[in-house]
Amino acid sequence: MKTGPYVVKQDIDRTGFWKKKPPFLGWLDMELTERCNNNCIHCGINLPAGDLDAKRKELSTDEIKNILKEALALGCMVVRFTGGEPLLRDDFEELFIFSRKQGLKVIIFTNATLITSRMAELFSRIPPLEKIEISLYGMEKSSYESVSRVNGSFEAAHRGIKLLLEKNVPFVVKGALLPQNKNEIDEFEKWAKMVPWMKGNPPSYSMFFDLRCRRDGKKNELIKKLRVSPEEGVNILTRKKDQYLNGMREFCSRFMRPSGDKLFSCGSGHGSCIDAYGYLHPCMLLKHPDTAYNLKRGSLEDALTNFFPKLKGMKTTNPDYLNRCAKCFLKGLCEQCPAKSWMEYGTLDTPVEYLCEVAHAQARFLGLVSGCEMAWEVADWKERIENFVKKKAVISKQGGIT
Amino acid sequence: MKNKVGLGYIFKRSEDVAARDVYDEFIIIPITSGIGKTDDELFSLNSFGKAVWDKMDGKRNLKEVAAALASEFEGPIKKIENDVLGFSEELFKRKLIIKV
Repeated sequence: MKTGPYVVKQDIDRTGFWKKKPPFLGWLDMELTERCNNNCIHCGINLPAGDLDAKRKELSTDEIKNILKEALALGCMVVRFTGGEPLLRDDFEELFIFSRKQGLKVIIFTNATLITSRMAELFSRIPPLEKIEISLYGMEKSSYESVSRVNGSFEAAHRGIKLLLEKNVPFVVKGALLPQNKNEIDEFEKWAKMVPWMKGNPPSYSMFFDLRCRRDGKKNELIKKLRVSPEEGVNILTRKKDQYLNGMREFCSRFMRPSGDKLFSCGSGHGSCIDAYGYLHPCMLLKHPDTAYNLKRGSLEDALTNFFPKLKGMKTTNPDYLNRCAKCFLKGLCEQCPAKSWMEYGTLDTPVEYLCEVAHAQARFLGLVSGCEMAWEVADWKERIENFVKKKAVISKQGGIT
Repeated sequence: MKNKVGLGYIFKRSEDVAARDVYDEFIIIPITSGIGKTDDELFSLNSFGKAVWDKMDGKRNLKEVAAALASEFEGPIKKIENDVLGFSEELFKRKLIIKV
C-alpha cells in the first residue's frame, strides 16, 4: 500500500505546473470591458468609461460566470481580468469572489485608480493568489495626467497603491515610456524598488506601442508619434548592458530561427482570450474577424478542439512575408505576428516595418547583422548566433557589438 | 502537540478552500488568507489523500474513515489508521480541515 507523501505543496504557475499532462485549457484571459476611466494617449483599446453602447454589449455577470465554469471544467487554473479597466465593472467583486471560490487564481491588470478600501480588504481576505499588475504613467502629477488625460487620476492611482500596501496585498508595477515621462525612468525604478513584491527588480515597460486593436484608427497617428525610435528603444533596453547581453545570449540560444510560412508560431491557442462581448481570440491583440469565435453560439471546448487548431495550421501566401519574415532568423527578436499585422494593416501577414526596424536595431547592437544588412539575406545566421552565444562578440566603443 | 489528532476526531473539509480534480492531479486551493504558510500555496493530494479527503464529511470519525478505506486500499487496518492519522494531522496543521 503506497500512502505518503500525503500532501505536497505545489508551486503552480501559468506555464509549467502540469509536468505529466497539461490541462486542456491552461489559462483564460478575460477583457471584462474595453471601457476605461483613464484616457491614455498611447492606449490601443480604451473606450470612454461612459460609453453606454459598449457597456450594453458587454457580457453579463451570468454569461461570464458560465464561461468561467466551462473553463474550470477544461482544467483552467488561472484567469486574468483585464480591460479596459476591469474594476470599472459594477460586478467586478462578484466575479472575483466567484472565480476564487471555484479554485481559480486571478491576475488583475489595473491602473489602481478604482481600488477602494473595501476592495483592498477583499484582496487581503481572499487573496488573488497572483500579484496584481498596476500600470503607472508618470512619477509626477503633471507627467502622469498628461498621459492619462484625467484630472485627479494621479492621486487616485497612488491612493489605490497605498491601500494595497496597507493591507499587504501583493502587486507589481509596470510603466509605459512616453515623451511625457521618459526623463523619470530612474526615479520610477528607484520608487519601484520600494514595492516589496518587485523584489528589487526594475519594472517592465511598454514603449513599442501597438496601434488600436479594433482598428478604430483616429488615434493611430498619435500612437505612432509616441513610439520610441528603434535606436532609442535599443538604448533603453541596453541601459544595463551586461544584464541585457546575458539575457539575450540565453534568449538567442533558444528562440532565434526563421519561422517559415506558418502564421502562428507563438504560444497562442493554449490559453484563450475572451473579449468583453463574448468573442474568443487566439490572443488579446488579435481582433481580426476571421480569427474570432463567437462563444454565444458555441463553446470553449469546441473553439479549442475545432477552431483554434485550424488557425494554428494557417500558412501565409503573401510574397512579401515569404521573402522576408518567413526567412528571417530574427523571429525571436521581432514582434511580427498576425496580431501586429492586423493592427497595422488589417491583414494577418503583412510585415510591420516598425517592428522590423526595431528587431534589426537590436540585432545590429548584438552584432548579429551589420550596417544595412537584412537578416533574411544572411546565410550564416546559425554561426553568428553560435558565436554570440559563446560570448565571442565584444562590445565596441560605439555601444554595438563587433 | 498542538496539531496531534486521534482516531476519535471528526473533521470536515474547510469551506475556505476549493478542491479540484484536474486531469491526473487533485489540487486544494486556498480561498481565504491564512491557509498554509503563504497565501499563494496550493496543495496536491495523492490517491490515498484524495480518498481520505472525500470521506472527511463532518460525520465519520477517523477510525470510521480508516475502516471505509480498508475496502479501497490493501494493507493491515493498523497501517491504514496510522496513515489516516498522519494525513489528517498534515491537513489540520494547514487549516485545510476543521475539527467538528
